[in-house]
Amino acid sequence: MKWGYLRIGMILSVLLLLTGCAGDFRYNWQWEILACTSEDIEAGCIGPYLIWILEGLGWTIAVASAAWVIAFSLGSVIGILRTLTEPILWVVPGIKSPIYFRFGPIGTTKGQILIDLGWFLHGFANLYVTIFRNVPLLVQLFLWYFVFPEIISDEAGMWLKRGMPLPEFWTAVVCMGLYTASRVAEQVRAGIDSISKGQSYAAMAVGLTPVQVYRYVLLPVAFRIIIPPLTSDFLGVFKNSSLALTIGVLELTAMTRQIEEYSYAGFEAFTAATVLYILVTAIVMWGMGIVERRARIPGMISLEAK
Amino acid sequence: MNENKETISTDGVGMIQMDHVGKWYGDFQVLINCSTSVDKGEVVVVCGPSGSGKSTLIKVVNGLEPFQEGTITFDGISVGDRTTNLPKLRSQIGMVFQNFELFPHLSIIDNIKLAQLKVLGREDEEARNRSMELLERVGLTDQRDKFPAQLSGGQQQRVAIARGLAMDPNAMLFDEPTSALDPEMINEVLDVMTGLANDGMTMMVVTHEMGFAKRVADRVIFMDEGRIEEDCTKDEFFGGERGARAQEFLSKILSH
Amino acid sequence: MESGFDYHIVFHSIPFLAKGMWLTLVLTFLGICGGLVFGTLLALCRLGKYRVLAFVAATYVNFFRSMPLILVIFWFYFLIPLVVGAEVGAFQSVLIAFIMFEAAYYCEIMRAGIQSVKLGQVHAGEALGLTYKQNMQFVVLPQAFRNMIPILISQAIVLFQDTALVYVVGLSDFLYSAEIIANSENRLMEMYITVAIVYFAICLYAQIKVRNLQKRFSHE
Repeated sequence: MKWGYLRIGMILSVLLLLTGCAGDFRYNWQWEILACTSEDIEAGCIGPYLIWILEGLGWTIAVASAAWVIAFSLGSVIGILRTLTEPILWVVPGIKSPIYFRFGPIGTTKGQILIDLGWFLHGFANLYVTIFRNVPLLVQLFLWYFVFPEIISDEAGMWLKRGMPLPEFWTAVVCMGLYTASRVAEQVRAGIDSISKGQSYAAMAVGLTPVQVYRYVLLPVAFRIIIPPLTSDFLGVFKNSSLALTIGVLELTAMTRQIEEYSYAGFEAFTAATVLYILVTAIVMWGMGIVERRARIPGMISLEAK
Repeated sequence: MNENKETISTDGVGMIQMDHVGKWYGDFQVLINCSTSVDKGEVVVVCGPSGSGKSTLIKVVNGLEPFQEGTITFDGISVGDRTTNLPKLRSQIGMVFQNFELFPHLSIIDNIKLAQLKVLGREDEEARNRSMELLERVGLTDQRDKFPAQLSGGQQQRVAIARGLAMDPNAMLFDEPTSALDPEMINEVLDVMTGLANDGMTMMVVTHEMGFAKRVADRVIFMDEGRIEEDCTKDEFFGGERGARAQEFLSKILSH
Repeated sequence: MESGFDYHIVFHSIPFLAKGMWLTLVLTFLGICGGLVFGTLLALCRLGKYRVLAFVAATYVNFFRSMPLILVIFWFYFLIPLVVGAEVGAFQSVLIAFIMFEAAYYCEIMRAGIQSVKLGQVHAGEALGLTYKQNMQFVVLPQAFRNMIPILISQAIVLFQDTALVYVVGLSDFLYSAEIIANSENRLMEMYITVAIVYFAICLYAQIKVRNLQKRFSHE
């Protein structure tokens, strides 16, 4: 997605064109209401629309940023867990088993019980991604907001509904964060899997432990590979934040809807929201372009495995 | 010939000792009852047709690939034992791969320094000096700040050899080191390997380069379909009688 | 809120929920068809010879991909009655919104698909004397489509999940139907959990099918 001022201009001019056409549609244009900063009935402002729009934008950015922090950190860990294929054995201390048996991830050797932690971690990661990707985001949001406080203990539930500050905001953040984490996990897994096995062989052959292999060889390359798809997931968080309006977070889309209801100037309101979303997208793309350029490895055009 | 090399055998137990090793990928057996040994200072060449298991053989030596049957010891330490500290063991064995496998996000000198810093715990200054020594040995000091993607294949492979040597290993394993190289770069890599052999390094080399084997090897192992068919001295292999498969293979290779 | 999980309410509401699910499925199906056709057209425009068309198509795609679906739904819900000059049902507005939104995403998928067809194939078609249209129709698009089937189905699953968003305009899809019952019977928990399980089951089933398809393709 290449962004240029040309495209933004094109879109705005299309909208203005519609403005001209809409003269036929018995619609009163009220572009001036967008500049309302206070409730000045004489100027036609029933409410401080501009302030509302900016507040809405602020909430959108707040939800998206907080959710992304959760999504990126948790998602990276889960993505890494999904790439664990080697067993990670942990000896159960203190228990000696005289019999020899092998049951899936649990087995015995030399009288000690070994548990393959890798199997459990890998399984957990798979389960996480499967659950979070197969339920619609809106349904997840409702589950968190309406169902979760009822399922947990009464005191905790009461605190979530009344005692916690900004319950709608934090619910939205947690929901978006966990959902997006599953997407990030998929990207990270794909990035690590796309690195040729020879790289991990070479790293292990030199004596690096598995943790060191991930930290110094696999992850630096994997994260560079997935910068483009991560960018679109990051933009996805911004777009998905609009779902929070259903539980009462007054983010950008919610605000424009509110303006529409107050002033019947829906066209102008939605245009404002549209322009702002496009601007946010353009800024993020521009920023990620800089990140990508600075992370580039000299001499490499593509980091794909040979 | 290699007069300045000493072959020290420790009571019939080689530095690398393989006994009745078997390995399966699912139902397919890729290594069948493989037994051999490599003594300190010996250069052993492993050859054979594709799919004979020679790459797998060399990868089980340092535990990169697991094996289900038999035992392998390196310098007395068992490779197959679950309690063995494999990373520590691997730091004593250097390995060079067919596709070089330099770490693309690190500069040349950082590639060589990485394991020294993180595995051996050397100081940065010491690691840097050692890396420069090795780069000089392989003839690439002026490339130290470049990145792997900016080097040719032959240069990358020489850096890979330096990276393996940086750990001051007791033995070096080579998995078809020249197979991915353009013909004009093969010799620069073989020269480095020959120098290593002359300096008394214990080496196990999987390769098709029979000229190299004739010049430098002490022993030759011929593998076919997972088995070690021939395991004899260089002179015996190239001069004397061999089994039918080895004969066939050699005639095809040498006719080029 | 009474404690305890009331299963009966779920059973009683099945007919009502089924109607909601029917609307969801219809919306999904029409959205996929319309989005795919329109998206393929957009992809052809983007990859075609006429730079103006390519620019317009690219702008369209980038525009719809920067916007949240909810906003697009609001736009069309609000705008279409004005444009047409008459009352338009919620379903029609939402359907158009869906098709236009998803077309942008299908365009990118089909664009990748068309570009994944080897150039040699195009040349072979041209060498045989096929026109551009025939080449596209008989050589390129069938292969592009086949290459992209796993991703196309994944996008269809995403679309299926996105239909839940028509909630915001009060269209009685599966989710909204459940909400109606939840509010009237004061049984939010049971209904939402039911909705989640049903969606999960359907999507999981589809995802397993996709994985099997991918395995089959990688064997060929």
